[in-house]
Amino acid sequence: MRSSEYVVRRIAFAIATIFVAATLNFVIFRAAPGDATTALRCLSCTTEVRAQVRQELGLDKSKFQQYLIYLKDLAHGDFGRSFQNRQPVLPQLWQPLKNTLPMLMLGTLFSIFFGLITGIVAAWRRGTLVEKGSVWIGLAFFSLPTQWLGIMFILYLAGPLGLPTNGISDPYLAYSHPGLWAELTDRLSHMVLPSLTLGLVLYGEYTLITRSALLETFGEDYVLTARAKGLTTWQIVRRHALRNSLLPITTLIFLSLGFVAAGSILIEAVFNYPGIGLLAYQSVFQKDYPMLQGAFLVITSSIVIANLIADLLYVRLDPRIVE
Amino acid sequence: MSANRVRDNAVFAALRGSPQAVFGGTVLAIVVLIAVLASWIAPYGEHQRVGEVFAHPSTSHWLGLDDGGFDMLTLMMYGARVSLIVGFAAALVAMVIGGAVGIVAGFFGGKIDTLLMRLTDYFLAIPDVPLMIVVAAIWGRSLRNIILIIGAIYWTSTARVVRAQVKSVRERGYIRRTRVIGASNTRLIMRHVLPQVAPLLVATGVLMVAYAIFAETAIAFLGLGDPSAVSWGLLIENAFSRDAVTVGAWWAIVPPGIAVAIVVVSLTMLGTAIEDALNPRLRVSHVSVRRFRLRPIPPPREDA
Repeated sequence: MRSSEYVVRRIAFAIATIFVAATLNFVIFRAAPGDATTALRCLSCTTEVRAQVRQELGLDKSKFQQYLIYLKDLAHGDFGRSFQNRQPVLPQLWQPLKNTLPMLMLGTLFSIFFGLITGIVAAWRRGTLVEKGSVWIGLAFFSLPTQWLGIMFILYLAGPLGLPTNGISDPYLAYSHPGLWAELTDRLSHMVLPSLTLGLVLYGEYTLITRSALLETFGEDYVLTARAKGLTTWQIVRRHALRNSLLPITTLIFLSLGFVAAGSILIEAVFNYPGIGLLAYQSVFQKDYPMLQGAFLVITSSIVIANLIADLLYVRLDPRIVE
Repeated sequence: MSANRVRDNAVFAALRGSPQAVFGGTVLAIVVLIAVLASWIAPYGEHQRVGEVFAHPSTSHWLGLDDGGFDMLTLMMYGARVSLIVGFAAALVAMVIGGAVGIVAGFFGGKIDTLLMRLTDYFLAIPDVPLMIVVAAIWGRSLRNIILIIGAIYWTSTARVVRAQVKSVRERGYIRRTRVIGASNTRLIMRHVLPQVAPLLVATGVLMVAYAIFAETAIAFLGLGDPSAVSWGLLIENAFSRDAVTVGAWWAIVPPGIAVAIVVVSLTMLGTAIEDALNPRLRVSHVSVRRFRLRPIPPPREDA
């Protein structure tokens, strides 16, 4: 297989996954007992109103026709209208997504940086107290419920550090401290605790992943050769083991992106951070199904695109993969 | 069969020698015991109001009271019951689906394999918790639904692991010979393939229980848990949504989170210990911190 063919295949897979997610979205919502109008909690809903909504949503047609119409609308960027404010869904998804991405990025970078370092040190000092300690700390962070860790930060960290725990910006800032710099630092300070929560949860996972991937390479023959050459342990780890284990580490990090998506919903719910996760959370409560469907599709697509980027990066990391 | 037993014993011995497995197993056994005995050992009733809302921990209420004036220690014990039931039941569902898909795909190969693995890949690429929320929001808040949802979404990793193992088992000599003798596919799978993948299935199953408990707390926190079944996840959600944070009632939030972490840690330790015992690659290591010092060369003797 040539590398261009590999790239085409990965892109096709990504598109197919989004298609499957969209289909699931359709099936889950239409397979539910009753239909969207049953879930409408309006007191004034007369039979005519229901019939009108049914017609608007195309519920009077056959399921297969509905599916085709749904796909066609999606392809045109029409995600339906929110039950809550009667506005088209898609434009309402962009701003939350833009709010979420920097926060997730900050947390993920934090965890990759520190997780890799601790994982490498743990594998390098195998059998010592340093390894035991870092594995225990990693396991602890990995096992704590994300939302719980966030709540703990609100309880014990926000006060002493003077960090905000609610929302994305200070609404009175424009009056008290106008200026771009103040706005920027305000945004950042609102991002610290959510990012830290995500970062620490992922940190545990990445520490464990890195350590075990490294330990696996320690059994390889080239490590024995390197040792026989008289290299120091650190040289073996850095030049031989680490380079070869970077590939499985990258895979696992990108596989854990689904976890990032989960984390974003829980964390944004805790910190009331107006991102795509909070949007999904609120639409569950408001039974705003078009909005929930839209948020789900956007979250899934982001993860799939991130995975696609990983697949394309892969070819650079290890050209053997195309064979 | 006997070769099988020898290998199982070896795995078992490796587990007994592993402090991780012993620790994980012991802690898990204690929590299971508490969950089973909850109705006998709990100091108060599950639905018994015993004092003021968010009363501080005291000698009569070790973990204080929650937002409804219920005893937290009692709720924690009953919560263990619900959380563990969800964890084990959902893991069972995931194992049955994942095991079946993995065995069928790995054993028959060809088009079925391609089809099933494609499907697995798609499901693996779709983020699990958002999907769970969507399904839970539509299906409604009941314990049975939560178990089915978690199980139906977490089968993918089991399917992949099992398939890889089955693919290698299928090519072994004795399976080919048994096939030549005329054993049916069902017999081959039940008598020869399944016993070979069973330890692996148990290892992933144990890890799956941890994931399922974790997922349950997430679903409960997002307001999609069964309101009538008090789980650890629901305790966190209730305390948070009813302002335990502003009141400063840490005792309503801290214990359930710690309990989840303890159970997840012990399950992870047990699961990875079984996995490690099954993975011979980890037993070899050419890098160790221990340094070997060469015997110093004696100085040449004067009289030589």
